[in-house]
Amino acid sequence: MSCLLAVWLAVVLSGIQAVDRSNFKTCIQSSFCKRMRDVVPGHSPYRALLETLELSNTRLTLQLINDNNKVRLLLELYRLQGNMTRLKINELKPLRPRFEVPDVLIADPPTEPLSLVSQDEGGVVLSLGADARHLVVSARPFRLDIVEGPHVLLSVNSRGLLAFEHQRPRKDTLSKISSTVGSMWDTIKNIFSSSSENDSEEVEAEEDAEDQNYEKEEDQADMWEETFKSHTDSKPNGPTAISMDFSLPGVEHVYGIPEHAENLRLKTTDGHDPYRLYNLDVFQYELYNPMALYGSVPVLLSHSTQRTMGIFWLNAAETWVDISSKAAENTDSVQAPSKVAQTDVRWISESGIIDVFIMLGPKPTDVFAQYASLTGTQSFPPLFALGYHQCRWNYKDQEDVRSVDQGFDDHDIPYDFIWLDIEHADGKRYFTWDPAHFSQPREMLQGLVDKRRKMVAIVDPHIKVDSGYRVHKEIRSKNLYVKNKDGGDYEGWCWPGTSGYPDFTNPEMRSWWASMFAYDQYEGSMENLYIWNDMNEPSVFNGPEVTMHKDALHGSWEHRDIHNLYGLYVQMATADGLIQRSGGVERPFVLARAFFAGSQRYGAVWTGDNAAEWSHLKISIPMCLSLGLVGISFCGADVGGFFKSPSSELLVRWYQTGAYQPFFRAHAHLDTPRREPWLFGPENTALIREAVRQRYALLPYWYLLFYKAHGTGQPVMRPLWVEYPEDVTTFTIDDEYLLGRDLLVHPVTDEGSKEVTVYLPGTGGVWYDAFTFQRHEGGQNLYVPVTMSSIPVFQRGGSIIPRKNRIRRSSSCMEKDPYTLYVALSPQGTAEGELYIDDGHTFNYEQKKQFVHRRFIFADSTLSSSNISPDSQFSTASWVERVLILGAHKPSSVTLKTSGGSVASLEFDFDEATSVLTVHKPGVNAGADWTLLFQW
Amino acid sequence: MQHNVNWLQALLVLSLSVTLGWTVEVQRPRGVPLTKRQFYDEAKPFTCLDGSRTIPFDRVNDDYCDCKDGSDEPGTAACPNGSFHCTNAGYRPTFIPSSRINDGICDCCDGTDEYNSGASCQNTCKELGRKEREALQKLAEITKEGFLLKQQLIEEAKKGQQEKQSRLSELQDSRKGHEDKVEALRTVKETAEQPEKEAKERHLKAWEEHKAALRLEKEKAKMAEVFLELDDNADGFVDVSELQTHQELDPDGDGTLTDTEAQGLLGGAHKVDSTEFMNMWSNMKEKYVSEVCPPTPSSDLDKDPDSVYPEDDLDEDAAGEDDEDDDDDDDRDDDDDKVISPLQVLEKLSVCERERWCLLCNAALLPFSFRALEKEISFDFGPSSEFAYLYSQCYELTTNEYIYRLCPFNRVSQKPKYGGSETSLGSWGSWSGPEDNKYSVMKYEHGMGCWQGPNRSTTVKLTCGKETAVVSTSEPSRCEYLMEFTTPAVCLEPPNIDTQVHDEF
Repeated sequence: MSCLLAVWLAVVLSGIQAVDRSNFKTCIQSSFCKRMRDVVPGHSPYRALLETLELSNTRLTLQLINDNNKVRLLLELYRLQGNMTRLKINELKPLRPRFEVPDVLIADPPTEPLSLVSQDEGGVVLSLGADARHLVVSARPFRLDIVEGPHVLLSVNSRGLLAFEHQRPRKDTLSKISSTVGSMWDTIKNIFSSSSENDSEEVEAEEDAEDQNYEKEEDQADMWEETFKSHTDSKPNGPTAISMDFSLPGVEHVYGIPEHAENLRLKTTDGHDPYRLYNLDVFQYELYNPMALYGSVPVLLSHSTQRTMGIFWLNAAETWVDISSKAAENTDSVQAPSKVAQTDVRWISESGIIDVFIMLGPKPTDVFAQYASLTGTQSFPPLFALGYHQCRWNYKDQEDVRSVDQGFDDHDIPYDFIWLDIEHADGKRYFTWDPAHFSQPREMLQGLVDKRRKMVAIVDPHIKVDSGYRVHKEIRSKNLYVKNKDGGDYEGWCWPGTSGYPDFTNPEMRSWWASMFAYDQYEGSMENLYIWNDMNEPSVFNGPEVTMHKDALHGSWEHRDIHNLYGLYVQMATADGLIQRSGGVERPFVLARAFFAGSQRYGAVWTGDNAAEWSHLKISIPMCLSLGLVGISFCGADVGGFFKSPSSELLVRWYQTGAYQPFFRAHAHLDTPRREPWLFGPENTALIREAVRQRYALLPYWYLLFYKAHGTGQPVMRPLWVEYPEDVTTFTIDDEYLLGRDLLVHPVTDEGSKEVTVYLPGTGGVWYDAFTFQRHEGGQNLYVPVTMSSIPVFQRGGSIIPRKNRIRRSSSCMEKDPYTLYVALSPQGTAEGELYIDDGHTFNYEQKKQFVHRRFIFADSTLSSSNISPDSQFSTASWVERVLILGAHKPSSVTLKTSGGSVASLEFDFDEATSVLTVHKPGVNAGADWTLLFQW
Repeated sequence: MQHNVNWLQALLVLSLSVTLGWTVEVQRPRGVPLTKRQFYDEAKPFTCLDGSRTIPFDRVNDDYCDCKDGSDEPGTAACPNGSFHCTNAGYRPTFIPSSRINDGICDCCDGTDEYNSGASCQNTCKELGRKEREALQKLAEITKEGFLLKQQLIEEAKKGQQEKQSRLSELQDSRKGHEDKVEALRTVKETAEQPEKEAKERHLKAWEEHKAALRLEKEKAKMAEVFLELDDNADGFVDVSELQTHQELDPDGDGTLTDTEAQGLLGGAHKVDSTEFMNMWSNMKEKYVSEVCPPTPSSDLDKDPDSVYPEDDLDEDAAGEDDEDDDDDDDRDDDDDKVISPLQVLEKLSVCERERWCLLCNAALLPFSFRALEKEISFDFGPSSEFAYLYSQCYELTTNEYIYRLCPFNRVSQKPKYGGSETSLGSWGSWSGPEDNKYSVMKYEHGMGCWQGPNRSTTVKLTCGKETAVVSTSEPSRCEYLMEFTTPAVCLEPPNIDTQVHDEF
């Protein structure tokens, strides 16, 4: 649910339908963003002090000096395994330590030796290994270039926008600590006196300017306190912002930095606000603008026909990203200078350090693997989590749950999960049940167990301040709440009224939280109860920008430092809890609204409180594509739209779209009319049923894609350019997408559509309509007439996709059902695909290698199934029911050979009109080796 | 391989049907109903029931779908559109979708749908059959008794209808005369109010001041009146004993106004003069009941739209009361709408003792009761007016949070159990059952609006019962309420009941 503020804004805003922008800051209203953005390009005061260079086996360190104020920074450079470079910049001698983001990287990234190639007074050249790849450090002004042969791949500070607000004593307290500062200056002086004569002279001159510099910097407004609307941020540490620019020669297309309600391809931000990354609960968000939303992943991908790269800016504070593009002189080759495109990116964060990972690709798959090696991969969800989820704010009571559950059976629509929003808890005290409406939760959950279905209950991170509420009492007594700036427990308003916010950055808090999901702690919970963490931005109704005050304290760190990380920790602790309650056996399922880099490891996310409008249906595609690019594959949008009420046409189209997006959940606001799938007349019920059934038929493919996403970091839902990186046409497409490599989906997202134009990529290849099996050439725009029942989906020629065509009440009911293989032949008459099977819900696949992973290859008139992972073991009851060969011709015979050596002739049908060959009932076990021989 | 489960065994299922102690064995492929048995002859090739295809009989129930209509796989889940027949001996035979065969969930009460899933299904048919028979029996009893009650209701309604008709004609006759008198009174009143009106028209502010002055004047006049009324011995003082004639002033509600209490009301004095009384009056005026007829009729006249000036109605008496309706007692609650029964009118009038019942009262209320009666008669109370008895009644149901109140043909409302104002869930709209059963559903519409939602409305489903009662309420969709209401008025004539559950044989 989670409309934020529905109740309280209702009073204030009644009638207002879109976001109230004035509740959220623009760059100018965020003083550090304004200060950083005011830095003028081309005048970098930073200089590398090459004499401070130290090169060890794993890293290079080098001091940088700001010639305006003489403050020194420490630069660290690492060459990381897998074609990545890490660059860190911190103050050389900070007054206080600056925050470095923990718990996002899965490990210290393994390094490779950097070697010095050459050095002179202008800079140094370091080798980045093969391919004549070098890292060039220029001294004056400081600048980094990563080059490959004659090509510059990426430059850092080439526009001179590096800025690092060093910590300083507050002006009005300057005299009190002047001795400390004085000694610091002495230190600085000493450093300089040890350097060259020239530099010493400069120091003399600059010393006089030092006081003046402080004066000058003090003059800037809002450095030590700033006020937005009625909220004052006390900023006791003063200005701490950082900024850095990156130039990408030859790049016209950049992607990523979710979450924004924006096209897949990012726009330039010249002349308006930068893209903002600051996890916020935005009421009725607007589309196509750079405003911050619920989650943040500070990863930007660049792509050209030549190369795909990524920039991962590891910082959890409020962050803004400027993108501009310009034509640049092509100076990187011996050819005559020519104009080529260049994209410039500038990152600005309010605090912390500069810690950047440059992922050098060169292919999209390489960037995904590189990023996955840093932050981990998508958690492998239980199979049933890939089924259909039925949610609403709120299913009112047990009887309501029972009757909705029954409704699905009565209308023969499969589903796996029914969800309970905030009203299920006793006065929004999470981990409890409303005694009037959910008095027998176990009975209710058992009712779902009996149908082999599950439930999700919401557990939000704000805790009602109520001395009679155990969760509150314990967190308070353990002193684990976030503190306000004065050291008391931070309190804010949220659903339950006055609430405390557990300090999830504290491992002790997370561990206690996880323990709360034990069956004996979370009373009424059962094995089939899973969890939803909403409002984990965190949402604070009466806080600045509806979130927590930046000067609130998490231990010694300010909320300012950790803000974008809070939501990740909530989901992490909850997922840990679900694993622990099963003794480490069961895979968890946790949905969260706020997220950060690394959140993919803990579960699913959704695009928050959208609206029942066609434009919101349309934008669900780029929003989830953007998340997939930065590791978060398990993404979905509320089917039907959260706010407002969809027309039956919109609802049907949304089901058809959602069925082909990773996280498939319908949801609705408390105040909207009911919209269970059968409430829109028999025709629409049938259309929705069909869409959901298609989802269930393709669950084996979805499961395989998630298994691979978990193993390799490749996104489940992909922009076309990921698979066709040299086809420029695909670079801006975001109304269609690929699932894995083999399914292309172009959902109908316009009202009253009579046709869609589908771009089928891959010149020389073919695509087959997934339902009519009609064959189409690749590399064309295909005009597809549509009716209300149409979902334009195409299977790539050359692929083999397993489906389960016996659709049952839930995915669990389909466990033992047989597979039908859809073999779509390439023009060369070949095809290849995979099948993954395990128990669907435990870690045994990982811990005990209990799974089946098969490769199907069709070549030379033979279809064979072989074991990809010979050291795995799993026995499945599923078998191969049928094989469809698309784009075939009529054989004279089809023979099955099994591993036991038996040979049998199989029946088949051939449909001349569609060129589809259907082989009946091979009957072989899905985990076995077998071969089908075709005689033509 | 599990799918290869001895299909021959699966094919031929022994169906046991226990009826009258006979055991009957009927051989047919699994999942086939008796009625279609003749199409499944194992000696012949099988033709799909849609005629689309003929296949060898060993392909029936071989767990592979050959027929487009699913008819070759009545006993497996192979066909997407197939159905499986549960014999359910002892209960009701039924069809389930093929997809529920061997899905690990027991669907047929005889458990026959789960023959190869590992699910252990108990045969619950007999138990279900017994329960159903009991339920049917109970229902039959209720229907029987309910139907008898309904006959009485119809009789009563007939009588009531006649009475109302004659009352209506009476009223019609006397109406004219009263109207003349009322007209005369209105003229008098309007003349009296002329200065007031002029003041209003001059200026709002002036009018407000004027209003305040008027109110003060009225208050003073009223108080003076009361003082005189209380001062029984006309000594220019109101004393404790004089006050004690007004027991309604009892502050602790124990029914006795003691000396001390009375003295308390007089500010501690034994007696007070008119000036002092002025200060005490505010303690009493809420409760004080005048010994003379309250000026109800003139209040009604005050409601005349002509005398209403910018929105707020000045006259504290009637208008004030009207605004406070929500806080009023239950029996007054019913009269805040235009729909008011003559009986209620009389009840209201009894506040004023009969002998003091003045012409004015009568004259003003007459057209009112006339309209109400006319309205009542015009209602659709069902084919035999069997619902007439519900008119002017209210039924309540208390849930954990709310008290729901259904006043048939009038309104539905909801009130928080622990304080808070009442919310209208709709006013009488129409009968809205399906065409063949119009009187099974009542619709109440245009209740209080919802944020970002529709106006509240309520659907009342009527079921046969001996009692007349609201048995459940729910809000299936936001601001759309559902009430279940039992009444004998919908009980159908019971058929000659044969409670035997139909068994397949």
